[in-house]
Amino acid sequence: MSTLEIKDLHVSIETEQGTKEILKGVSLTIKTGETHAIMGPNGSGKSTLASTIAGHPRYTVTSGSITLDGEDVLEMSVDERARAGVFLAMQYPVEVPGVTMTNFLRTAKTAIDGEAPALRTWTKDVKAAMQELRIDADFAQRNVNEGFSGGEKKRVEILQLELFKPKFAVLDETDSGLDVDALKVVSEGVNRAHSTGNMGTLLITHYTRILRYIKPDFVHVFVDGKVVEEGGPELADRLEEEGYDRYLSGAGAAVAPAAQA
Amino acid sequence: MTETTTEKARIGAPSAQPYINGFTEEGENLSPINADGTVAAPSSGPLAGDSAKGHSHGGGIGVPDSSRAGRLTSYKLEDFKALTGLEEDWRFTPLRRLRGLHTEALSGAAPSVSVTAPEGVTVETVGRDDKRIGSAGIPEDRVSANAWANFDKATVITVPAETSLDGEVSVVLAGAGSEASAQHVVIVAEKFSKALVVLGHEGSAVVSENVEIVLEDGAELTVVSLQEWNDDSVHASSQQAKIGRDAKFKHIVVSLGGNLVRVTPTARFAAPGGEVELFGLYFADAGQHLEHRTYVDHAQPNCVSNVLYKGALQGKDAHTVWVGDVLIQKQAEGTDSYEKNQNLVLTDGCRADSVPNLEIETGLIEGAGHASATGRFDDEHLFYLMARGIPEDVARRLVVRGFLNEIIQKIKVPAIEERLTDAVERELAAGDN
Repeated sequence: MSTLEIKDLHVSIETEQGTKEILKGVSLTIKTGETHAIMGPNGSGKSTLASTIAGHPRYTVTSGSITLDGEDVLEMSVDERARAGVFLAMQYPVEVPGVTMTNFLRTAKTAIDGEAPALRTWTKDVKAAMQELRIDADFAQRNVNEGFSGGEKKRVEILQLELFKPKFAVLDETDSGLDVDALKVVSEGVNRAHSTGNMGTLLITHYTRILRYIKPDFVHVFVDGKVVEEGGPELADRLEEEGYDRYLSGAGAAVAPAAQA
Repeated sequence: MTETTTEKARIGAPSAQPYINGFTEEGENLSPINADGTVAAPSSGPLAGDSAKGHSHGGGIGVPDSSRAGRLTSYKLEDFKALTGLEEDWRFTPLRRLRGLHTEALSGAAPSVSVTAPEGVTVETVGRDDKRIGSAGIPEDRVSANAWANFDKATVITVPAETSLDGEVSVVLAGAGSEASAQHVVIVAEKFSKALVVLGHEGSAVVSENVEIVLEDGAELTVVSLQEWNDDSVHASSQQAKIGRDAKFKHIVVSLGGNLVRVTPTARFAAPGGEVELFGLYFADAGQHLEHRTYVDHAQPNCVSNVLYKGALQGKDAHTVWVGDVLIQKQAEGTDSYEKNQNLVLTDGCRADSVPNLEIETGLIEGAGHASATGRFDDEHLFYLMARGIPEDVARRLVVRGFLNEIIQKIKVPAIEERLTDAVERELAAGDN
């Protein structure tokens, strides 16, 4: 049983107009086996939270803490965080020239586990996982994400999630840009990983659609860098009917779309 | 998330602030001589006809000055004018760093030549009057002509007819000091022979070298030219091959060490049915200038050529140049040709110039293609790989190794492949500091 704890997190970025605070005090605790959905309108800081957990250099933590089983995550480098068990499924996975998927997956698995995976079972595992996610076998020989469609890139993110077996998965708008079939395939992958009982999931989404396939235990609504409402799955249903207008009509309506990053 | 955090070294972006002094996007002001003000800047770009005109003499009637066919070739040094740096084929080269290869009499001691060859191969040291000298090459620029005018002895390596060599011919050219010198090597693959020759350049030298390569009918020859010089070396190498009927030539250039390295491989088909592959790999570190200019002259029908050069750059003022010329002459019907250059820029402060030129004078060909791509290994790639648990140094190696391996694999000599893989690792390790 592991715990990922975020306490009063304040995060800012440098822009041409100067320093801009994106997260204004976020607190969240996720335990193994739990699925938390973070929902909110564009520019509310959802993706910033995801990238900050993974350690993207663009984001500066000005105060607050992130700990994994008491260990200070903010002190860790990006790769150390991944090896500690944090996985970020990216919203826009980049293409990496010169590195085949096969080579990349094996190198990452070796780094995360601290030893090379047994060749025979590893090859079999990769093949099986690719098949379940309906990824063509020839992708293994292609360079990482190079020439993949948006949907293919997202599937490959979930492929990694299934193979690397992290303690905590942060899914940054994995559902956006997917058609219904792809959404199902991807959701099944997340559910398979989750069903091992060894993973906690932080699901970041703009839409409620993915929550038909991945059932959250907790729903947190993000507006303007803060959690404004929390509840169970019923809160997602309500959002599906009402949208975010309720939160935006108040004094905090001025949300800069540019803050979505 | 997707924005790149730095825009500084974007290739191809017009930059108000060049990252290598004196360099502009077009490159026409590259020559340090220009900076002296001794030569007036041209009123038009170097690609324009009028500026090219003054330097081209070999075109003859009906050959446009801008065509590669119009390039002056001559055994006489005096036929070549003094370089200004404005010439099309010198515009990227920092002449000041040539250390006299273009201006001095090349009287220094040439790199010593030691050859290890399997049985059957003839190795000779000959004088200037040997009849094989001039059998495949003719200087195409002043530096090459200067070496031709000044070399003392030449090494001639002959693979006898219908002999398939067991193992490679290893030629080690070890630098003998920093005085400007001239070198001459002739490689002859006689009819239906099959061989691999490795030219290993090492040590410290300032040398202009002419390598002539003759492939007689039906010969299959691979020549690997390794530039693993010390950091102070300056090396200009014109490597010209004459390809006989149905002969197969594979040429692999690997440039890793040296202050300034400029290799100009030329392949000319002398009869139909030949095949040429020109491969190159280079890795430029801070301050290095590595330049490669390939030329495939399709003067005969039904020949095939494929050119692939790949380079990595890291560190301040690392500069690479690739210019690929392919000329498909009117009579070269049935030609199939392709050329490509790919560069991977690993850090800020580098510059990769890449110019694929393709001239086609007949429509009756199988194919002709050219491509160039320069990409950046940037912070987002690094973040992606690190977010999968891969440490930074491993991530860099992963990318570069994968990228350059395509060329290394073409050598097909396990010992050299291993050595080059290690050499690339060392380059990367140097970049980590």
